[in-house]
Amino acid sequence: MMSDCYAIRTEDLRRVFRAKRREAKKQKREVVALDGVSFSVGSGELFGVLGPNGAGKTTTIKILATLLSPTAGRAWVAGIDVAKDPKRVRRHIGMVSGGETSGYGLLTIEENLWMFSQFYGLDTRVARARIKELLEVVGLADRSRTKIYHLSTGMRQKMNFVRGFLTEPEILFLDEPTLGLDVQTAHTLRGFVSNWLAEHRDRTILLTTHAMHEADELCGRVAIIDKGRILACDAPATLKRELQRDAIFRLRIADLADARGVVGTSPDVTQFTQTASEAGVDVDAILTHDGALTQLLASVEAAGGRLLSLEKREPTLEDVFLHIVGHGFEDEIREGGSA
Amino acid sequence: MAAWLGWQIESNWADPFVFAIYSLVKPLAGALILVFMYAVIAKDGLHSPLFPGVFVGNALFIYVPAVLAGISWTIIDDREHYGMLKYVYTAPVNVFAYLIGRGVAKAIVATVAVVIMLLLGTLALGVPVRLAGINWLFVAATLVLGSAMLSLFGILLGGVTMITARHNYGVGEAVAGGLYLLCGVVFPLDTLPAWLAATGRVIPISYWLEAFRRALLGHGTEAFASLSDGVLLAVIAGSTAVLAVLAVLGFRLAERRARAKGLLDMQTMY
Ligand SMILES: Nc1ncnc2c1ncn2[C@@H]1O[C@H](COP(=O)(O)OP(=O)(O)O)[C@@H](O)[C@H]1O
Ligand SMILES: [Mg+2]
Repeated sequence: MMSDCYAIRTEDLRRVFRAKRREAKKQKREVVALDGVSFSVGSGELFGVLGPNGAGKTTTIKILATLLSPTAGRAWVAGIDVAKDPKRVRRHIGMVSGGETSGYGLLTIEENLWMFSQFYGLDTRVARARIKELLEVVGLADRSRTKIYHLSTGMRQKMNFVRGFLTEPEILFLDEPTLGLDVQTAHTLRGFVSNWLAEHRDRTILLTTHAMHEADELCGRVAIIDKGRILACDAPATLKRELQRDAIFRLRIADLADARGVVGTSPDVTQFTQTASEAGVDVDAILTHDGALTQLLASVEAAGGRLLSLEKREPTLEDVFLHIVGHGFEDEIREGGSA
Repeated sequence: MAAWLGWQIESNWADPFVFAIYSLVKPLAGALILVFMYAVIAKDGLHSPLFPGVFVGNALFIYVPAVLAGISWTIIDDREHYGMLKYVYTAPVNVFAYLIGRGVAKAIVATVAVVIMLLLGTLALGVPVRLAGINWLFVAATLVLGSAMLSLFGILLGGVTMITARHNYGVGEAVAGGLYLLCGVVFPLDTLPAWLAATGRVIPISYWLEAFRRALLGHGTEAFASLSDGVLLAVIAGSTAVLAVLAVLGFRLAERRARAKGLLDMQTMY
């Protein structure tokens, strides 16, 4: 099938890992990382892949970046089959993995980046100018002559981030680019990503993240992925709008530690999450109809809880995820994906 | 460019003195110790008619572990130490050119060691290297073919390293050790047990060392006496060509396997 009009396209991608020998005794032998993933990304899009740890985000990127072959299914990048012609794909792509400290430790930031630009045959003068400019953006300009041995993890990550944009690839894969960075830096980098794409309209970015607000803020479209399957794929606004039919109520309750028995099990509640607060517990609930609220408040009171505040709030991508997957990210992490 | 990186990595030691020790003294000491052991054990020691051949063989053999280990280390170093192999791979660079480039730095350092070793032999140990009698064309041809041959060996080994995962830092040196025995560096091939000698005879490095003995000393060893200089070069060229095919196919196969198993960005946590 031809797919020239897409920057990226996957068709029923599947990837199975054989568990390592030592672990194999305890667990089942195979891990299905991707279980039939299909999506397409148009040229010029900033496409997000959103999912909890272990959802298959990195695996997807590795396959698209020609580092890993799929077990089954196909994928095209820039219209080229990644399994058949990885070499040709490499002329069109760039990649940054977040939370990573790659780089030749004995070289300075500038040398590392220059070196990398030479992999792509970039003109040295152009490369130097871009390096300077990009380091400026991420606030590393004054460190350009420091050997990266001496850099903090965060600084190395920023350098890696710069490396991805340095060659201005047609299609750029960002795998959790803000992972482990402080709030301020993450914010700067997100701003940079959207500006960059605005300035380079023919470029395409595929970004994975487990931070919902990041996907919400940056991405034109988002695929929500869990356990190797895509559960929804649309613009964040559309995803949220679909949910808006169901109003979300936030109840702040005092003198009650656990509202699951009172609110969570009510037949009128289609979705329930709670977080402990200082006074008691905060509850987010989606109701089958607004009228059910009176009954709910009565049950809370009957259980000894005291209502501190009640608000009807806009859904976030987090609610969308919760709604589709049936469990939150935190649950996923805590329970190791056995929800 | 890869060579530049290789050079930076080679030479960028915190202390130039440590660098000198590590890069020069280590291979030199290794080669000299073996030569002296030979001199002590062998009948007639330094005056044995075999000694010059052994000496030259040892000197040139410095190249073998340097280039072999150099190239196969690059795979592990880039993948696990620097975390860069995957970025090299996703970039439009020719992996072979990259690996060979990284090997060049090692080869330059090794060249210095080889030259020092030969000077030492000529000036102090009476190894009869006669500059006047050297056929430089022959030397150049041998050097060029040798670089290609060793690089290809390194690439083949690099492929093996890529897929055999764990703690393989020693593989280059281990293989070099085996080659040391098989290629007639100390024991001329015709003194080895028949099956070892046969193995030695199919390894092109044996012929390459022989070519250097002839080039520098004017005569080679008994084992290859039946081959003329031209035939010797032809054997080296032919086997290098065969090796090229093997290395490229082998490496591509390894790459494919690595891609299937997800080894290109593996961390073996050494
Ligand atoms: N090399 C590997 N060997 C075995 N299992 C793996 C390997 N890489 C990933 N996995 C498994 O595949 C699943 C998806 O992983 P990954 O794509 O890294 O998730 P994400 O990036 O979304 O956190 C996880 O269950 C993970 O344990
Ligand atoms: Mg990941």
